[in-house]
Amino acid sequence: MLPYILRRLATGLLMLVALSMLVFVLLRLAPGDPIDAYINPNVAMSQAEMDALRARLGLDQPLPMQYLAWLRAAATGDLGYSIQRNGVRVLPLVLERIGPTILLMAAGLVIAILIGIAAGILSAVRRNSPTDIGFSVIAFFGISSPAFLTAILGLYLFSVVLRWAPSGGMLTPGAPFSVGDLLSHLILPACLLSIGHAALIMRYMRASLLEVLNQDYVRTARAKGVKEFWVIMKHAVRNALLPVVTLIGSTIGIAVGGAIFIESVFNWPGMGLLLINAVDTRDYPVIMGATLIIGACVIVVNLLTDIAYAAIDPRIQVA
Amino acid sequence: MHATPILDISGLKMVFRIGGREVAAVQDLNLTIAPGETLALVGESGSGKSVTSLSVMGLLPRGVGQVAEGSILFRGKAGQAQDLTKLDTEGMRQIRGNDIAMVFQEPMTSLNPVYTIGEQIAEPMRIHLGRSHKDAAAAAIKLLADVGIPDPERRAKQYPHELSGGMRQRATIAMALACDPVLLIADEPTTALDVTIQAQILDLLQKLQAERGMAVLFVTHNLGVVAEIANRVAVMYAGRVVETGTVADVFARPRHPYTIGLMRSVPKLGEATELKRKGIPLPTIAGSVPSLVQLPQGCSFAPRCPFAIDACRADVPSLYETGNGQKSRCIRWQEI
Repeated sequence: MLPYILRRLATGLLMLVALSMLVFVLLRLAPGDPIDAYINPNVAMSQAEMDALRARLGLDQPLPMQYLAWLRAAATGDLGYSIQRNGVRVLPLVLERIGPTILLMAAGLVIAILIGIAAGILSAVRRNSPTDIGFSVIAFFGISSPAFLTAILGLYLFSVVLRWAPSGGMLTPGAPFSVGDLLSHLILPACLLSIGHAALIMRYMRASLLEVLNQDYVRTARAKGVKEFWVIMKHAVRNALLPVVTLIGSTIGIAVGGAIFIESVFNWPGMGLLLINAVDTRDYPVIMGATLIIGACVIVVNLLTDIAYAAIDPRIQVA
Repeated sequence: MHATPILDISGLKMVFRIGGREVAAVQDLNLTIAPGETLALVGESGSGKSVTSLSVMGLLPRGVGQVAEGSILFRGKAGQAQDLTKLDTEGMRQIRGNDIAMVFQEPMTSLNPVYTIGEQIAEPMRIHLGRSHKDAAAAAIKLLADVGIPDPERRAKQYPHELSGGMRQRATIAMALACDPVLLIADEPTTALDVTIQAQILDLLQKLQAERGMAVLFVTHNLGVVAEIANRVAVMYAGRVVETGTVADVFARPRHPYTIGLMRSVPKLGEATELKRKGIPLPTIAGSVPSLVQLPQGCSFAPRCPFAIDACRADVPSLYETGNGQKSRCIRWQEI
């Protein structure tokens, strides 16, 4: 088990290097210049002054040299300084934002898994009933609605019209910290984030369970006199979960994209908001640092899913 | 034979709904099994033998197949005869795995891949006998030893994929025996196994039956297996029993052309090479099993029967008593 985890972490490290290289190159290919966002448009700057600024930030070096310099520093845990926020180090800036993002994504995924699996089981057991058809129609809309649309519609409906939940932020400004306050801010963005994933998980769970219910060992369980509830929950569901776990693992990367939209709509103080602001101002070090940390999280979560897979299916040996 | 049978199926008709039409998969079915007796149910695919066994278990998917007529009287451990066709879902569940247990054809797929062998054998004892986890687990190990699995403590902790096909079938037999059933239904339990393993499993079933005195309904298409294991045999064709009697009588003097055809189709040791040398093909029954949707008029076997006359195509023949309890659904049984 341990050698497996170490091996996976080592390949993960290589993937992170590749990711940073890709992001680095893509950023430089994109139009826009950090200097444009950095300077005060009301103060005239000569070309010489701009060049001096460029040289100070190291932006005059050839690209490979810039990347290697970044990589060398990153290897020692130094992700550099934000260009736009004078003197702010990237690492603490990113780490301070990762907590809220993990909280939001974890909450969204837990809701998605609970709803998706429960609805999937109900749909499969009551195949072709009104319940099943109803869930399928809802899931169809859930899968087809993009996060930016559901986020804005959800915000309008539940915060503006119905006033069920606060419209943004993570905590009420000025109020003392309380879990209830945090949860009331969390619930709406987390639910909206979960919609697409819940729908996808539901469809997979339904299909997977329908297949499992036709298996011989389900008939064996019935032949043993197992109560129908346990035939489903004990004998069928655990087998049906296998492909769903893979799906959940692979959607976590996609969930990051959704979280970025939700965070910007709900002003959630997470990585997404940080990243969007950084992209707007071409704050290269922050973009690099944020993608690196997000990438590391996704790799670790995927590793955890594979370990979970082995825990559910005894036929899979993690080694 | 014993006076009171533990299973008494009479006038059973099983109907399936296929594309809006009702199709009788089984009809006019009368079968009895005495305590400790082995009845073999023989027939080709689609003859209704599996439907019969599944309907006794109440395992046909609801809304797909259902009892249209007749009754299945069963005398379980309680000693009271009850009609299984009138039992509700919960009543039937309490009988399954407890009074009646079943061994299926495919040992590779009939065990749940994510639970240990021991857990799967222990489960029915916890459900029906109210045994504790610890108790049932110990009993499961004992059962594994009973069905001839070496090193049962270790095997009980293993998962199905760690066992060979023969081992798995032994494990499913152990699972079926867990609650000491009165009736064991074995649906082609050796078909998926190697020939050498088949013989071992048949020996095991016979040994266990003798030890425990349970009745066995043995569903098979293999006449060789019937001769080895059964006391009585019922031959099914297109949803009806066409001949029934003791194995000795039916094998010595089959009274239905279909049974005769089946027996001729079994190659005897050395016969195949002998026939090949002479250039004669192995005898088969001409034609194929009729579709249940469109059964021929009169005797279902008439279109394939070398003895068929016009009278055969008029009405479905009844089961004629041919002596010593042997019965044949052939109007010309005296001539053939």
